[in-house]
Amino acid sequence: MRVSRRATLSLRTVAIGYLVVLLLVPLGLVFYRTFEHGFGYAWSWMTTPAAISALWLTLVIAAIAVPLNTIFGIICSYVLVRGRVRGRAILDSLIDLPFVVSPVIVGLALILVYGEGGWFGNWFISHGIPIIYAPAGMVIATVFVSLPFVVREVAPVLRAAGEEQEEAAATLGASSWQTFRRVTLPSIRWGVAYGVVLTSARALGEIGAVLVVSSNVAGSTLSLPLLVYQRDSQIGPAASSGAYAAAMELIVISLLVLVGMMLLGKRREEVR
Amino acid sequence: MRIDVLDVGKRFGEFVALDDVSLEVAEGSLTALLGPSGSGKSTLLRIIAGLEAPDSGEIQLDGADVTPARPQDRGIGFVFQHYAPFNHMSVRENVAFGLRIRKRPKAEVKAKVDELLALVGLTAWSGQRPAQLSGGQRQRMALARALAVDPRVLLLDEPFGALDANVRAELRLWLRRLHDEQHVTTVLVTHDQEEAMEVSDTIAVMHEGNIEQVGSPQQVYDHPVNDFVMGFLGPAVRMEGELVRPHDLRLSLEPENGATEAVVTRVVHLGFEVRVEVELPDKTQARAQMTRAQARELELGPGDTVYVQAPHKEREKVKV
Ligand SMILES: Nc1ncnc2c1ncn2[C@@H]1O[C@H](COP(=O)(O)OP(=O)(O)O)[C@@H](O)[C@H]1O
Ligand SMILES: [Mg+2]
Repeated sequence: MRVSRRATLSLRTVAIGYLVVLLLVPLGLVFYRTFEHGFGYAWSWMTTPAAISALWLTLVIAAIAVPLNTIFGIICSYVLVRGRVRGRAILDSLIDLPFVVSPVIVGLALILVYGEGGWFGNWFISHGIPIIYAPAGMVIATVFVSLPFVVREVAPVLRAAGEEQEEAAATLGASSWQTFRRVTLPSIRWGVAYGVVLTSARALGEIGAVLVVSSNVAGSTLSLPLLVYQRDSQIGPAASSGAYAAAMELIVISLLVLVGMMLLGKRREEVR
Repeated sequence: MRIDVLDVGKRFGEFVALDDVSLEVAEGSLTALLGPSGSGKSTLLRIIAGLEAPDSGEIQLDGADVTPARPQDRGIGFVFQHYAPFNHMSVRENVAFGLRIRKRPKAEVKAKVDELLALVGLTAWSGQRPAQLSGGQRQRMALARALAVDPRVLLLDEPFGALDANVRAELRLWLRRLHDEQHVTTVLVTHDQEEAMEVSDTIAVMHEGNIEQVGSPQQVYDHPVNDFVMGFLGPAVRMEGELVRPHDLRLSLEPENGATEAVVTRVVHLGFEVRVEVELPDKTQARAQMTRAQARELELGPGDTVYVQAPHKEREKVKV
């Protein structure tokens, strides 16, 4: 179908307008509010003990959840695409569970399992390992909600790459591990990278599931998104200044992830 | 290296892909597995390679049972129809793959890869990615890659099937010459009877999971054991209930003893040969093939009456 020049132009205007209204204006306002009293003022809010602790916790959660889900995601894609075991269809639909279940319910479910009186909860509590209302629970919640991304990115790439290259490697003398390292992994690397970016974005920004299992105490179990949420719900100009500063930090991290994604996207097109 | 396939059976669910097949591939031979699509050729080749496990039966290499051995331990080279190039590696890295896996010294790898790249005419392309090569070049790269590890057996699954006719013919010749020089025991899967006849010294004709006949190209063409082999190896027409080759039919203008009266429907000039299409009394069509000289003598045209003489050929009942 050929679209006239005018139609293209007006479509473009609509698309850009939509983005501006929904995304740029609110984000720009956050930016403005953060720095309206000067950079030093914003910086002082970013360097309060609570803010530093929140930044750390957010980064730690991502640093645990992303590698875990990457390794799990690659193994899981392999089983789904190459496996000859029964129950692949069940696994396939289970993977999407974190996408369809509301994050709040994920948090609640974790409390039922790891909380006081829960299945494993008493064991952990009696051994002095708190999960619920502790960073460990937030990590588990984040792992859960960000689980499908790598699988959903890698499985189609693995399927498209086909089995022949791996079979060729085997006939050339490569062991299963050598085949995986030298043939399979390089052929899915852009899928993995893209999955990692999406997983990171979700892990950094998650609020629903971690809110339920966090004790919401600044300095210990507040991640950056929770800090924004908490300060924003308090009254007074100081509180909202703190919220804006924390939000700014999140935005900067997200932008870094986004830039990483764009570079990858470009790279992927070059490879094709 | 000699290959023995002993009573190999393979099912996919209820479907019998191989029905207790046995085959002996002589040391240094070039054997074609020839049959229509779905007859089980690839399955048999993949079982020989160890890429697929048989349900029953045994594969022997030089008399040793290798049935449980993994593909990487069989000392084979395998070439896929769609080349299976390692897309993220250069042409040189592709060819070097097997040698690197074997941790051969760098200098030896380089020398061997250079030699193979020259052999397949890809020296100038060694730094390129497979995606930048043409189909024929990719397949030559795949051949070099398989040959790099000095396989005891070379297995080729429709290696030229995805190529243009010209390139296909050229690569066939090249493969035959290579085999004449190196004498690696080779099994070639193809559904193209012309390719099998041209390249191989032994043809195993497959049909619905069975090997119908094994023999030299001339044997299977001239002495097919059944109608299937007859029909698959070349054009065949049915005369008096039996299949015969069109060029074995004799046409004459005068009634002869045992000849069938027929009406010419079409005369097609195919360069060196002439094909005469006739309608038999039972309304079936038949084709006779003859040289130009013979055709000129008969001066046939559509509507003419001719007498068709089937050859009195003794079909050899070779047991397989
Ligand atoms: N992995 C498989 N799963 C199910 N059916 C298969 C599989 N591989 C082959 N088949 C079936 O077995 C039959 C023989 O296949 P194949 O050996 O590839 O035939 P050919 O190479 O002669 O065309 C085909 O009907 C094909 O559909
Ligand atoms: Mg096949």
